[in-house]
Amino acid sequence: MMTLLQQLPPECIRIVIAAAVVIGFVFANATVMGYLERKLAGRFQRRLGPMEVGFHGLLQMPVDGLKLIGKQLTEPNNVGGIVFYLSPLIAMTPVALPFLVIPFSPHLQVIDLDVGLLFIIAMISFNTIAVFLGGWSSNNNYSMLGAMRSVAQNISYEIPILLSVLSIVLITNSFSLKTIVLEQSRFWFVLVQPVAFLIFFIAGIAETNRAPFDLPEAESELTAGFHTEYSGIAFSMFMIAEYTYIFINCALATVLFFGGWHGIPLPFGEYSSCIWFLMKTYLLMFVIVWCRWTFPRVRFDQLMNFSWKYLIPFSMVNLLLTAIVVKL
Amino acid sequence: MIVYQYVSEVFFFLLVVLTLFGGLLAVKARVLMHSVLGLAVTFLGVAGLYLYLGSIFLSMMQILIYLGAIGIVLVFGVMVGYTPRQVVEEKIRGENVLLAVPTCLAGFAMLWIAIGRTEWASAPERINDFALKSVGKALLYDFCLAFELISVLLLIAVVGAIIVVNSQED
Repeated sequence: MMTLLQQLPPECIRIVIAAAVVIGFVFANATVMGYLERKLAGRFQRRLGPMEVGFHGLLQMPVDGLKLIGKQLTEPNNVGGIVFYLSPLIAMTPVALPFLVIPFSPHLQVIDLDVGLLFIIAMISFNTIAVFLGGWSSNNNYSMLGAMRSVAQNISYEIPILLSVLSIVLITNSFSLKTIVLEQSRFWFVLVQPVAFLIFFIAGIAETNRAPFDLPEAESELTAGFHTEYSGIAFSMFMIAEYTYIFINCALATVLFFGGWHGIPLPFGEYSSCIWFLMKTYLLMFVIVWCRWTFPRVRFDQLMNFSWKYLIPFSMVNLLLTAIVVKL
Repeated sequence: MIVYQYVSEVFFFLLVVLTLFGGLLAVKARVLMHSVLGLAVTFLGVAGLYLYLGSIFLSMMQILIYLGAIGIVLVFGVMVGYTPRQVVEEKIRGENVLLAVPTCLAGFAMLWIAIGRTEWASAPERINDFALKSVGKALLYDFCLAFELISVLLLIAVVGAIIVVNSQED
């Protein structure tokens, strides 16, 4: 056994460790976000939120997680068999991949791909398929309607995301996330590209199906949208995927617009850059939760018009102006 | 180093098996959604082969365009038309076997001739690193005309789609 371990190249062991860390982080992030969301929701609505389990309800989310794991998976009549169970897996699996290219600190990055930005955007596109398959195979009209709304929404909001990201690529001449962060050592790009940041942030909220754009799972109209028929761990897999996509979105915003790991030196040695990165990312996530509990849900035609008539034209004009300024 | 080679060989054959399995599923499945999923698996397998050959950019494009765009449109089409348990045809039976067989043979022959006539560069003497920059240069300098023609084609498709939608409303 030991000789076999010694024969393995160090890369293999590193891969196993990195995979374990990423999966652990995905679950920890979902737990923390779930707790923060419920607690903040309580505060925004002038109530306390979870208080009973543990100190100020700190253990509420782990306990809920255990409950969800222990629950029976119910299967309604005439669901689409394999597809029904495949859908939460497709939602859950690709969320770990964007962590490969996110630069947490100058040294904490798995690979510095020269197409890192495209890599993340390509991985995010898996989520749409999962939502679709789940909604369709549930054999439920609410799920179906939620899935159909999700397709329209995701396709419309992917365009402003790509266009707003391109203006950063024009400035830095690179798709590599590390290069983009290094370029921001003097100033953050949010100062020169505020319009691109606003468009990216709004479209990101819509892309992750969060309120005020959570039409695919609008509770008052569609019970729970595409995951109405899912119970137990299958439901929580959708929720974990959603929280991870929010994290990835905010991490991407941090990398592109808020200078990534750059910040005033903290007394933590080489960990301080990583701490800065996580602090910025979770601040953005706080803003997303804040938006969710502050703004009312938009109507579906408003949602579509907002993307096609405002976000896309504005991001195109912004891209053109950036191109002109960069070439001058 | 030998372990690396074994690992990469295993991954290569896994990807090939995955691609072929997806293709088989796309042809043979009785529920239409399973066919679409098989096609998606094939796209993923091809993306993995690009990755194996060292071109991350192409593999990302494969996922973004084929899975993210074409796959979603196909799923949407099936979703609107079929319920989850609906079997398209009990038994897939060829109506035009006489036409299908020569078509398949002709396609196979064309591919075979094309593969046979191409001079393949072996891996060590690969000149290009297929990085983003070289792909961009190839598209905008060497194959500029094809690139522009493709964008014209897409424009025509967009205009055509708008016309089709508008004419149905009247």
